[in-house]
Amino acid sequence: MRALRRYIDNIKPHFQKGGKFEKLESTFEAFETFLFVPDQVTTQGVHIRDAIDMKRTMSLVVISLIPALLFGMWNVGYQHYLATGQLGEGVGTLQLFWEGFKLVLPIIVVSYVTGLAIEFTFAQIRGEEVNEGFLVSGMLIPLVLPVDVPLWMVAVSTAFAVIIGKEVFGGTGMNILNPALLARAFLFFAYPAYMSGNQVWIHGMMDGQGIIDGYSGATPLGQAAEGNVDQMPQAMDMFLGTIPGSIGETSTVAVLLGALILLYTGVGSWRIMLSTFAGGLVMGLILNAFAVNPFMAIPAWQHLVMGGFAFGAVFMATDPVSAARTRRGKYIYGFLIGLLAILIRVVNPAYPEGVMLAILLMNVFAPLIDHYVIESNINKRLKRAQVQAA
Amino acid sequence: MSNVYKIKKGLDIPLLGEAEKVVRQAEPSRFYGVKPIDFNYMRPKLLAKEGDRVKAGSPLFFNKLQPDVQFPSPVSGKVTTVNRGERRKILEVVVEADSKMEYEDFGRGEPNDMSREEVTNKLLESGLWAFLRQRPYSISANPKDVPKSIFISGFDTAPLAPDNDVLVKGERENFQRGIDALSKLTDGTIHLNLNADYPPSDVFTGVKGVQHHYFKGPHPAGNVGVQINRIDPINQGDVVWYVYPQDVITIGRLFEKGIYDASKIIALTGSEVEKPLYHRVLRGASIDKLVQDNVKKGDLRYISGNVLTGKQINSEGYVGFFDDQVTVIPEGRYHEFFGWAMPGFNKYSTSRSFFSWLQPNRKFSIDTNLKGGERAFVISGEYEEVCPLDIFPEQLVKAIMIGDIELMEKLGIYEVDEEDFALCEFVCTSKTPVQSIVRKGINMMIEEMT
Repeated sequence: MRALRRYIDNIKPHFQKGGKFEKLESTFEAFETFLFVPDQVTTQGVHIRDAIDMKRTMSLVVISLIPALLFGMWNVGYQHYLATGQLGEGVGTLQLFWEGFKLVLPIIVVSYVTGLAIEFTFAQIRGEEVNEGFLVSGMLIPLVLPVDVPLWMVAVSTAFAVIIGKEVFGGTGMNILNPALLARAFLFFAYPAYMSGNQVWIHGMMDGQGIIDGYSGATPLGQAAEGNVDQMPQAMDMFLGTIPGSIGETSTVAVLLGALILLYTGVGSWRIMLSTFAGGLVMGLILNAFAVNPFMAIPAWQHLVMGGFAFGAVFMATDPVSAARTRRGKYIYGFLIGLLAILIRVVNPAYPEGVMLAILLMNVFAPLIDHYVIESNINKRLKRAQVQAA
Repeated sequence: MSNVYKIKKGLDIPLLGEAEKVVRQAEPSRFYGVKPIDFNYMRPKLLAKEGDRVKAGSPLFFNKLQPDVQFPSPVSGKVTTVNRGERRKILEVVVEADSKMEYEDFGRGEPNDMSREEVTNKLLESGLWAFLRQRPYSISANPKDVPKSIFISGFDTAPLAPDNDVLVKGERENFQRGIDALSKLTDGTIHLNLNADYPPSDVFTGVKGVQHHYFKGPHPAGNVGVQINRIDPINQGDVVWYVYPQDVITIGRLFEKGIYDASKIIALTGSEVEKPLYHRVLRGASIDKLVQDNVKKGDLRYISGNVLTGKQINSEGYVGFFDDQVTVIPEGRYHEFFGWAMPGFNKYSTSRSFFSWLQPNRKFSIDTNLKGGERAFVISGEYEEVCPLDIFPEQLVKAIMIGDIELMEKLGIYEVDEEDFALCEFVCTSKTPVQSIVRKGINMMIEEMT
């Protein structure tokens, strides 16, 4: 380690102002602080600091995504083999996983390379340190895309999300919308053929090679939206995630494992997760009460294991930057996401999945919710002063 | 026990190096320092030059912004140096003590028989007025104000803070006399706030002329700002004063003996102190004798005060005017290889993101490393977790950062001091310098209002 440290200290001057590579100062700094926590000490205010920092926080979120990622890779292989009728004796878990791994890894690489390149560039232009926020976005983006999405689309949507969604507002911490969801929404509206319908969720469906005749690649939500509620998979399959869907969203179990990590470490907001699930359940019950079609009659709890609801509630709604920031605001924000997600899902035929739109919409309203929560505190203070003056 | 206030939000940082409850008479130090930087909103003007001879109680400087308020020398002797910082800002006035102490005589007096004006004058003349501070802003009290009430926190919840019961032991009469003097200064109540966890010293419980309140909960329950917020919150235009228990005793001694008797007890604490104990010293004493052969080896940080709000001094530095604690902790000037990725069994965090949660009752030696880079606000709700004030800390900090005076006012800037935000700064993932931002905001308000 010493040798490495010495090497870094040796080359550091080249990257500082006036050095040969001063244009790469932020990049250098990012790698340096990645390898070594800086030797900076407190100079004002508190003398000691909590050990947590942004790198730790963000890497914990990435770790919490790993169950969904690994399961997603396996499921990509599994769904493909199922659709092509290759599933049988002798096809092991590892083989399925490897199949998925080969397909998913390039998407992850493209997402990270595109996003980080933009982040590094902007950090350098602004003369700031590189923010860690994209470490999470870069993993979230692949997990909410269908496996057969062309790689150039991944790059375009990532670039759009990072530049328009984040950097124009001032970078990590300043954005209004969740970047990962924005990337997905961009693809959804720009290239709907690759992002919706029954053909995109299983690898190979779009070119149709080797697919069993008449095999439906529809997601459970797709089935339900078409009125084929009776053809929906068992609730247990939806809970485990052995169903078609975006790469990382299908398995509620894997998502819950991630949620456990987020909640136990205190990195994710339990208030938002809880209220989102509560909102979804309430809307499910409301729809049950007025059930005029089979989709509305689906047991309310089943909505929570369908589609991307759990994934959205755990990983997307809880993004602290785009969510409400006050305690009470978080309950309201989460609850409304849950309500709207299920409402859009069931009532609006154009969008079989409502979670993405519900979260993006509430992202926009989060500052307003906070505003009213804070306003009530301000009013209390004003009232107190008036009572005293009277 | 009436009036128990429960504080839920907050944090007790489990630090090593709590002082054993034994009081030692410290070997007298040769040098004593009085530091204008211990006071907010202060522009000092010297009253004694280098080489001048002073007595204990002679004024060393006064505040140009509040010319009535003077700052006394704790000992008799010779003014040796005036240490200055950038732009000739006066950092400290140093007095070399005589072997035999001489006191300015301010005359005795029984506060109960004195008028408000007489008490005020005696405090101003002796310089002990400097012990009185006001909220809002945490600046020296204005002698022309009559405060709504006076607050005294009889316990300290800060990390490794001294037990106030030890500090005031045996001072019952002086404490009572100090309270009698203070009660002349307000038409309202003197609130004496004590902890509800164990029976406090009878110096506190037996005193007359105050209203007792009890608080339960983690730090900052002992901060006067939190207590004011719970008992009688400050509205725009209100002024309340506050003073520390040992300073009440010193005021009591002034009326009893007619002199500035600067002796007080401080706790020497921190993981790097060999024998953390209580020491009886004179205010402003150099810590050199206390830490000599009494600290561990290595690069150390000496703090006058606690680790959250104290000021950095060196191993020969002086105890701050209001401080009753000196803390010594390790410096953190080192690069840690993949520090952010390590399991972190030794790293204290309020989140459970390091494996130190495996040992819930463990105490830590925490060094001064910043432990990460400064970032924009990302994580939400962290400040709220540790701030028991009925305000929105993050939003107030942001209002200060954009300099929105009206919003700062609405969000409760009058009710806060930077010490109330110290825990927010400690837990901040983005490593934001919260306390200095809050002080900047308060100073902005002072400028705006005057």
